[in-house]
Formats: sequence, structure tokens, C-alpha cells
Amino acid sequence: MTARILVGSRKGLFTVTRGSDGWGVSDVAMLGDNVSLAMSDVRTEGRDVYAALDHGHFGVKVQRSSDGGATFEEVGVPIYPPKPEDAEPEPTENNARPVPWSLKKIWALAPGGPAQPGTLWCGTIPGGLFRSDDRGDTWQLVQSLWYHELRPGWFGGGADWPGIHSVCVHPDDADRVTLGVSCGGVWQTRDGGTSWELRADGMRAEYMPPELAGDPNTQDPHCVVQSPSAPDVFWAQHHNGIFKTTDDCASWNEVAEAGPSTFGFPVVVHPRDPDTAWFIPAVKDEARYPKDGKVVVTRTRDGGKSFDVLTNGLPQQHAYDLVFRHAFDIDASGDVLAFGSTTGSLWVSEDQGDHWTHISAHLPPIHSVRFG
Amino acid sequence: MVTVTFTANIQRHVECPPTEVTGRTVRECLEAVFGHAPRARSYVLDDQGALRKHMIVFVDGHQIRDRATLGDGVSVGGRIDVMQALSGG
Repeated sequence: MTARILVGSRKGLFTVTRGSDGWGVSDVAMLGDNVSLAMSDVRTEGRDVYAALDHGHFGVKVQRSSDGGATFEEVGVPIYPPKPEDAEPEPTENNARPVPWSLKKIWALAPGGPAQPGTLWCGTIPGGLFRSDDRGDTWQLVQSLWYHELRPGWFGGGADWPGIHSVCVHPDDADRVTLGVSCGGVWQTRDGGTSWELRADGMRAEYMPPELAGDPNTQDPHCVVQSPSAPDVFWAQHHNGIFKTTDDCASWNEVAEAGPSTFGFPVVVHPRDPDTAWFIPAVKDEARYPKDGKVVVTRTRDGGKSFDVLTNGLPQQHAYDLVFRHAFDIDASGDVLAFGSTTGSLWVSEDQGDHWTHISAHLPPIHSVRFG
Repeated sequence: MVTVTFTANIQRHVECPPTEVTGRTVRECLEAVFGHAPRARSYVLDDQGALRKHMIVFVDGHQIRDRATLGDGVSVGGRIDVMQALSGG
């Protein structure tokens, strides 16, 4: 069983471990700093830990640990190239404001494949994908995507600018990488980033005029995850519902119902069962809190045909916890799940969500929860 | 010489002691500082070389106007204060 959870929060990186008396906070790093994302590198069995920070006044930074989180050092950050005068036609149809060519937020961090020990992918706001081959010391903009003719059609959803929040590296072929973009749909490369294809057909955007609702480049998948055991299967928690593909993103199908709501931000999929996935719903886009003040997790075991509404151990009255897209995770065993909320609560389940234990109610607002 | 000082809040991230440099503009003076303290650059300037959104720079008590190219002039014996803007929270 994985016994460590990295919790990135508004005021530091908390390490939560399982001791003989259960789960609890065992360490904190960068106390007071805004840790927008944290990641443990599975290729190093957790020795390498990365934390993205947003210092506000002082900008976005990356800290790396090579000793499992005991100590950190500042490494490089993605740097956008100077914006040419004729860089892109602006304003575009969907984007009334010019997009700055400047790093605003690190919104995704993912390790490359097992045979790429130093490779990291980094998704950012305002929409650049970056790659490092030296454990984050230096980063290179993936120009094939940044200069793609459809990229200027992306626009911000929730954030001021578009961004890449999900990076899924194919478990058997590290050259195949799939991205979730808000708002810009789902993008995929099969050649390590040399070329890209937009693959969001079947998604539906209610926030667009009817004739543009099916435009794949305007979709807002809040979070995209790939099944490790059946890599052609992806799940997406979209702004307008839950979508699933079984054909490597060629076509997406909507899940009509999932407990109290199909709106939310995170999704996780079981590591060995592509039909089992979990979601944490909120009412809907203009009401971002749990329905009726009840925190629930929804779980399907049959590929989305039906859902269990899991409540055991979760607050069922006057609870207004929202869970962001990176704040829900499942461990390698497939049994242990954890999520953290905007109001600083952290829950863990060791039985696939049937029962939840409240680890803390007093953490800072939680941005990310990652096992490893 | 021009004296460049930095907000105390930046010191917990990167050491920026008061420094005496030569330069005719804010850009020249800050570049001289960053020559000795390269890590400080990304804390003060963004990746396009402009002053970060929630940073603010004063020359002899006057807020600079040119946040993009930092072309405001500096006199010999002057003082540059690199501060946080309250807008950043």
C-alpha cells in the first residue's frame, strides 16, 4: 500500500503518511508559500519530488527534491519566447483579448516514460506545453503545439487565459501523449510532440452558441485521465458533464447521469479496471459547491452505466467543500483514494470509497493531492 | 553610484542585499544587480523582461512609469526601491 500523500496547498506542501494509528500530517515544506501542484516521480520511487509554486508577487517557480522531500532546491521554470508582432491573428473568434506569451501558472506536471528518466512534461497557463529532459533544470516549449494554427482559438475557462491541466503519457509508448486543455479540448501526439491532433469529437459545450457547441477546439474538459490498464480508455470530467472514450479519443460519449450531478472538476480511474472511475460532484458551473451541502463521491464500476453515491464518513450537512481537478488521486493498488478541498479538509478511503476517514479539517485551501 | 534596495519579503526566497551599481536607467541598474544575483531576476521581472505585475519600483520616491522596458532615468547618487505592490495581496 502506498503510504505517502503529497498535499499541495495555498500555504505549503504537506506530507501525509500512514502510521500505526492511521493517516496524519507528518511533514510540511515551504510553509506559507502557495504550492499550486506537487508531484512524486514514480520512476524514482518517490525520491524525486517536484512542487510548482505561485509566489504571486514574485512569480511562478519550481522546487525539486532529490531525497524524497526532505530538502528542496529551486530549478528552472518554463520560459515563453518573445511574442512576435505578427504572432497570431488577434483577437480571434473566441478570444477577444490577446494571449500573453508569459508564464502565468504551472497547471500540469507529469513524468515521461520509464525509459526517459529525466523527462518531464509541464502544462501551463496561457497554454504552452513544455518539456524538460534534465529533471526540470531547463524547459523547452513544444513549438509544434504552441504554433499550431488552432491554438489561437483556445480561451480561458475560469482562468483568464487558456491552459493545459492534464498530461497523460501512454503507459506503453511514451511518444503518445494526450492533453486536456481548458478551453481547447483534447490534444494528442503519437510522435513525442512532433505533431498534434485535436481529438474531442463528441464533447458538448453548453457555454457556446448552438452552432459551436460541438466544436472540439472550444471544449472545456476540466480533467482528463487515461486508464493505465486499457490505454484506449479515457475519462473526462468536463464543464458540461462526464465523458468517456474507448477508442483513444477518436470519439467521446457522454454519461448522462451520475448521482446528484455530472458537474465537477476531478476524476480518477482504477489502475487495473478501466470501467471503474470516481468523481466528486458540485451542483453545476454557476453553483460550485456540493448539492444540498452534502459532500459525496460518485463511483461507477460498469463504465458509466450506473453510479454509487458514496457518503460514509463524508459530511452530509452544511458542507461546501469544492475539490479542484488535481486534488483527487488513487494509489497504485487501486484501493486507496484521497481528496482535499478548497476549505482545507482532507479525506482518505482505503476501500475504494466505501468508507472515508477525515484526516484534517484545518489545512489551507488544497490545490493538489498526489500519492507517491 | 545608484543604491538599489529590495523589499524584505523577497529575502526569504532569494538574497538581495542593498547594492550600489552604476547605470542611467532602471533597466541598466537592475541588470547590474542581476549580474551579481542572477536568481533575483525572475523574482522581479517576468519571462519577457517586464516588471512583474504585482511588483513596483520607485526612483527617489517616485513610481516608475515604464514597467515594460524599465527606461525611467536614474541620477547619480539616486536610490531605486524594488517593492511589492499591495495589489498582489
